[in-house]
Amino acid sequence: MTGPLLSVRDLRVEFATRKGPLVALDGVSFDIAPGEVLGVVGESGAGKSLTGLAVIGLLDSPGRIAGGEIRFDGERIDNLPQTRMRLIRGGRIGVIVQDPLTSLNPLMRIGDQLTETILAHKPLGRRQAREQAIAWLGEVGIPSPEKRIDGYPHEFSGGMRQRVVIALALCAEPALVIADEPTTALDVSVQAQIISLLKNLTRRHGAAVMLITHDMGVIAETADRVAVMYAGRIAEIGEVRELVRNPLHPYTQGLMAAIPTLAVRARRLMQIPGAMPRL
Amino acid sequence: MIAFLLRRLLASVGVLIAVGLIAFAMFRYVGDPVNQMVGIETSAQERAQLRHQLGLDQPAMVQAARFLMNAARFDFGVSYQFKQPVADLIAARMPATLELALVASILALAAGVPMGVYAALRRDSALAKLFQALSLIGISLPTFLIGVLLIYLFAVVLRWLPSFGRGDVVRIGSWWTTGLLTVSGLKSLIMPSITLALFQMTLIMRLVRAEMLEVLRSDYIRFARARGLSEHAVHFRHALKNTLIPVITVVGLQLGSIVAFSIITETVFAWPGMGQLFLQSIQNADVPIMAAYLLMIATLFVVINLIVDLIYVAVDPRWRGHLNRA
Amino acid sequence: MSEIATPPNSASEPARTLIGRLKDNDLLASFLSSKVTVAAGIVTVILFLAALLAPWIAPTDPFNPATNYLSDSFDPPSFIASGDPRFLLGTDDQGRDMLSAILYGLRVSLAIGFCSVALGALIGVSLGLVAGYAGGWTDSAIMRIADVQLTFPAILIALLLDGVAHALLNPANRDESAFAVLVLSIGLSFWVQYARTARASTMVEKNRDYVLAARLIGLSHARILFSHILPNVMGPVMVIATINLALAIITEATLSFLGVGLPPTQPSLGTLIRIGQNYLFSGEWWIVTFPSLTLAALVLAVNLLGDWLRDALNPRLK
Repeated sequence: MTGPLLSVRDLRVEFATRKGPLVALDGVSFDIAPGEVLGVVGESGAGKSLTGLAVIGLLDSPGRIAGGEIRFDGERIDNLPQTRMRLIRGGRIGVIVQDPLTSLNPLMRIGDQLTETILAHKPLGRRQAREQAIAWLGEVGIPSPEKRIDGYPHEFSGGMRQRVVIALALCAEPALVIADEPTTALDVSVQAQIISLLKNLTRRHGAAVMLITHDMGVIAETADRVAVMYAGRIAEIGEVRELVRNPLHPYTQGLMAAIPTLAVRARRLMQIPGAMPRL
Repeated sequence: MIAFLLRRLLASVGVLIAVGLIAFAMFRYVGDPVNQMVGIETSAQERAQLRHQLGLDQPAMVQAARFLMNAARFDFGVSYQFKQPVADLIAARMPATLELALVASILALAAGVPMGVYAALRRDSALAKLFQALSLIGISLPTFLIGVLLIYLFAVVLRWLPSFGRGDVVRIGSWWTTGLLTVSGLKSLIMPSITLALFQMTLIMRLVRAEMLEVLRSDYIRFARARGLSEHAVHFRHALKNTLIPVITVVGLQLGSIVAFSIITETVFAWPGMGQLFLQSIQNADVPIMAAYLLMIATLFVVINLIVDLIYVAVDPRWRGHLNRA
Repeated sequence: MSEIATPPNSASEPARTLIGRLKDNDLLASFLSSKVTVAAGIVTVILFLAALLAPWIAPTDPFNPATNYLSDSFDPPSFIASGDPRFLLGTDDQGRDMLSAILYGLRVSLAIGFCSVALGALIGVSLGLVAGYAGGWTDSAIMRIADVQLTFPAILIALLLDGVAHALLNPANRDESAFAVLVLSIGLSFWVQYARTARASTMVEKNRDYVLAARLIGLSHARILFSHILPNVMGPVMVIATINLALAIITEATLSFLGVGLPPTQPSLGTLIRIGQNYLFSGEWWIVTFPSLTLAALVLAVNLLGDWLRDALNPRLK
C-alpha cells in the first residue's frame, strides 16, 4: 500500500462566536501509516479530541473546518457529504469513545447495538450479524458472550463496557481506529488491561490507531510515533523513542520531565510553569 | 417488584385518605349541613332530630369514618341545591365529561408527539419555527379565551359549528350517553375538544421537542453517529425511544389534569358535564358536591399516577433490574 | 526525526469602556438579539405603565355609577360609523366606557397577579427554608403536603379554595372580599414550587463553611436563615416568580371568567370577557374583543419574557 493511510494537512478548525471566530486548531498536520499507532498527547483543551472529531466529520456547530485538507486512503474526506461520510464512519474509520458509561444507549441491548453496527456496514443477514457480534464479544474478553449479548449496558461493569465499546469500534473491521482517551474514565487497575487489549486487537486486524490521551505513560508503551499538541497546534511530532530520549520543543521537554519516575530520587515533582493560552 | 408495588399502593391509599379527610372537613364544617337542607320554618326540635338522624352529633372521628366508608360506596350525600343524591347528579353528567376528555387527550397526543419530533429533527425549518410560535400561543392563552375566540370565529362569523351543548346524544346501556354517533353530536364535540386539547397539545409538543433535542446531544447518540448508523436509525431507533420514556410520565399526569381543565371548557361551551356541575356548586356553596368532586378528582389523579409509575417501570430496563435486586 | 513548531500569536484583549462592557454583557446581548423578546419587553412595559397610571389616563371612571348612563350602553367603538366619539372602544351593557374598564381591569388583574405571586413566594420560600434547614420530621411533613398538593393542577386548588372561602364568608361581603380571596387562593395554590426550590438551595447552603462559621459565632438560626441563606436562594426564586406571574394572571382571569373571581362591579379582564361572551351573537363584538386582545397581549408578552429569562439564565444552554 503506497502513501499514508490518513493524511492531515494544515487543518484549521474554528468556532463561530459573537466576538468573531475562535481558532481551536491552527494548522495541524500529520500522517498515519497503515497499521501504525500514532499517539496524540497534550493537556486538556489542547485540541486532541477536536482533531479526532474533525477527521470523522462530527464537529458540532458552531465548530467547523475552516481550512486545510484531510485525506483518507488517498481521497479527500473533509468535504464529503454526510451520506458518503456515514459509510466511512464505523466502516473504515472506527471510534473508541471516552466514557463508556454514557456512550452506550441505556435502553438498548448490547447485542442489538452491535448487530446494527455490523449490518450498517456489511452485507450480512441478521443471524450472521448476531453470530459475529457474539464472536466479537468473545474477542474483547467478555466471558460467556452468548449469554451476555442480550444484556443492557447497566448490567456491565465499567471495564466490561469499554470492552463493548472497543468491539463496537472494530466490528466493521475499519482500517483506522481513533481512540479518544480510551482509559481516562476507567480504574487504574483496568486501564492496563484495556490498553493491551486495544494493542493486540488492532495488531491482529491490521488497523492503524490514532491514540488520543493525556497519559504519556500509555503513549510510551503503545505508540510508534507521537504528536505533542499544545494550544491547537502540534508542538513536536516524531518516533516515540526519539522524542522521549531527546525532546526538542521546550514544552515536550517539560512534559517528559514532569513524568514522575521511581528511579530518580527527587524532592519535588516537576511542573510546567504557566498555563496554556485560552482560545 | 412486588414490594415496590405494595409501597406505591399504600402511598396512594394514604393520599386518598388524606384527601378524604379534607373533603369530610369541608362537608361537615363549612356551613351547617342541617341548616342548608331544611327550610326556615323548620323547628329547632326537628332540626335536632335531623341532626341525630344524620349522625351529626357523634364524635368527629366516627363521622369521618362514616363519611369515608360512604364515599367508598359512592354515597356522597344529598346536594343542598338540587335536593338529589350527589352520586346520581355526577353519574348523569359523567359521560359528557369523559367523552370530551378522551377525545381531547387523543387529539393532544396524536398531534403533539409528531409535531414535537418534527420540531426537534428539523429545528431550523420554517415549519418548526411556526410550531414553536404556535406553541407559545397555545401555552400562553388561557383556555377560556381560546374557546371564546373559536366560538366567535366558527359559530358567529362562519356559522359552521354550534356554540353550545352536546347536540343529539344516543343512550347506550342503562347509563351512558354518547354524542359520537350523531352528526350534531360530533359537530358539537369539535370546538370544545380542540379548546381542551390545545394546552395539552402544545405542552406535549414542547416537551417532546426539548427532550428529543436533549437526547440528540447525548454521548450515545454521538457514538451511534460515529459508528456510521443512518440518520433514520439514529433518530428513530435510538433517539425516539429514549425521548418518549421520560415524556410518558409527564403526559400521563397531564392527561389527568384535562379532566380538571374541562371545568373551564364546559363553562365556555355550556357543555353539560361534571365540571359545570362543580362550578355551580362553588357559586352556590353546595358543599356536598364540592366534596364529592374533590374526592373523585383525587382518586382519578392517584390512579393515573400509579398507572404511569407502573408503565415507567415496565418500559425502562434500568428500573426492572434495580427492582429485581431490591 | 522529530519536528517542532513556531510559537503562537497573542490573544485578543477584553473590552474596557462602559459601552464595550455593556456590549459584552451576555444577558443584555441575548435580550437584544431577539426582536421578539424586545417587542415583548416593550409591550409589557406599556401595559404595566397603563395599568399603573389608569386612574389618571382613563377617560372616565367606570365604577362611578353617577357618570355611567344606561342610555350610553352598547355604543360601538368610535372608529365605526355608528359609534359615539366619546367612547374610543365602545361601551358595555352598563354604559361603561370600554377603554376605561379595560385599563382598570388591567390594573386589578396585575395587582392580583403581583400580590398572589408575592404571597406564594413568601409562604413557599419560608416553608422551603425551614424544611431545608431543619430537616427531619419538619422536612418530611412539609414535603409530604407539597407532594399531595402537587398531584392536582393549581387551578383546581385555587377554585376549591375560592369556593370554600365563599361558602364561609357572609354573602353580603362577597364582592368586597373578592380581591383578598383571589390573592389568597392563587397564592396558596402556587407555593409549592417556591418551597421546593428554596429547600434545595437551603440544603446545599447549610453545609457550606460560612454557615458553620456563623453557627460557631453563636448567631441564632433565624438570623442565619434570613441574613445568610436567604440571599443565596433568591436567584432561582426570582426566575420562578417571573414565570409564575403569567400563570397567576391567567388563573385570575379564568376564575373571573368562571364567575368566581372578581364581580362585574369591579371587573378584571376575565370578568369583562365573561360579560362580553353573552353578547357575541347579538352583534356587540367589542365588549369581548378588546379585553381579549389586551389579556392575550399581556400574557403572551410576560410569557415571552419569562421564556427568554429562563433560557438566558440556564447554564447548560450556554
